[in-house]
Amino acid sequence: MAAGTPDLAAPREAYRRKKSTRTNYELYGWVFMRASGVVLLVLIFGHLFVNLMVGDGVHAIDFAFVGGKWTSPFWQVWDLLMLWLAMIHGTNGVRTIINDYAERDTTRLVLKLALYLAFTIVVVAGTLVIFTFSPCPVGADPSLLPSVCFS
Amino acid sequence: MPSAPAGTLYRGREGMWSWVAHRVTGVLIFFFLLVHVLDTALVRVSPEAYNAVISTYQTEIMGLGEAGLVAAIVFHAFNGIRIILVDFWAKGPKYQRVMLWVVIGLFAVTMAGFLPRHLMNVFSGGH
Ligand code: HEM
Ligand code: HEM
Repeated sequence: MAAGTPDLAAPREAYRRKKSTRTNYELYGWVFMRASGVVLLVLIFGHLFVNLMVGDGVHAIDFAFVGGKWTSPFWQVWDLLMLWLAMIHGTNGVRTIINDYAERDTTRLVLKLALYLAFTIVVVAGTLVIFTFSPCPVGADPSLLPSVCFS
Repeated sequence: MPSAPAGTLYRGREGMWSWVAHRVTGVLIFFFLLVHVLDTALVRVSPEAYNAVISTYQTEIMGLGEAGLVAAIVFHAFNGIRIILVDFWAKGPKYQRVMLWVVIGLFAVTMAGFLPRHLMNVFSGGH
C-alpha cells in the first residue's frame, strides 16, 4: 500500500490558481451573453409581435410598412439596439462553438476571420440602412410609399 | 489544443440535451439574422426591389419556415433565462431539471398563442 501513496501537496501550501489568459475577456463575454440575452428577449419578442401578429402579419410587410416604422425614432432605436446586441451576442456564441469544435489552429483562425468579416459587413450595412433610410425616395412609384409621404 | 481524454464529458439527459438544443437554435438564428439584415437593406435600393424579395417570402412554404424560426427563438430565449437562473440563483442548479420542464411548458403556451394566428395569416392568403 505504502508504495502507491499518492503525491499530495503539503498541507497549508498557498493555493495558487494558474491563469491561462492575460485578460478578463472571457469573463466579460460571459456576463455580456447573459445581460444582452435578457434585453434581446424583450426586443425580439416585440419585433416578432408587431411584424407577425398585428394586423395581417407577414402579409402586411412591404416598403410602405418599413417606411412607416422607420419614420419613428422609437423603432429606429429599437432596431439599432436589436441589431447590435443580437450580432455581438450571436458572434460571441458562434466564436465559442468554433473554439469547441475546430481543433486545428489554422481551421480556427480561418473560421474566426470569416465570422468577424460577416459581423463587420452585417453590422455596418444594418446601421447605415437605419440612418440613411428615406421613406419617400424621389421619383418612386407613389403607390408603394407610406402615407407619411403625402401628409 | 489538447484532444479530449478517453471517455466522455457528455452526460446525457435533460442537462445535455437542453444544451445541444440551445446551441443548435443559437446558430440557426445567427445565420437567419445575417440574411435578414441583408435583405432588409434592399429598402435602400428601391421600393420595388424590397417588395419583390419580400413577396417571395410571403408564400406558404416560407410561412412554415417562419414558424420554425419563431419556435427556435422562443426555445432559445426561455432556455436562456433558465441558464441565467442556474448561474445566478442559489437554488438554480438544484432545480435545473424542473426549470427545463417549465421552459417546455412556456414554449407550448407561447406557440399555442402564436401558431393559429400566424398560420391563418399565411394560409388565408392576405393578398
Ligand atoms: C419571421 C420573422 C421576422 C420578420 C417577418 C421580420 C421582419 C422585419 C422587418 C419588416 C424589418 C424592417 C424594419 C422593422 O420592421 O422594424 C426587420 C428588421 C430587423 N429585424 Fe426582423 N423580422 C423577423 C425576425 C427577426 C429576428 C428573429 C431577429 C433577431 C434575431 C430580427 C432582427 C431584425 C433586425 C436587427 C432588424 C434591423 C435591420 C437593419 O438594421 O437593417 N428579425 N425585420
Ligand atoms: C431572445 C433572447 C436570447 C436569450 C435570453 C439568449 C440567452 C443566451 C444565453 C444565456 C446563452 C449562454 C451563454 C453561455 O453559455 O455562456 C446564449 C448562447 C448563445 N446564443 Fe443566445 N440568447 C438570445 C438570443 C440569441 C440570438 C438572437 C442569437 C443569434 C443571433 C443567439 C445566439 C446564441 C449562440 C450562438 C449561443 C452560443 C451557444 C453555445 O455556446 O452553446 N442568441 N444565449
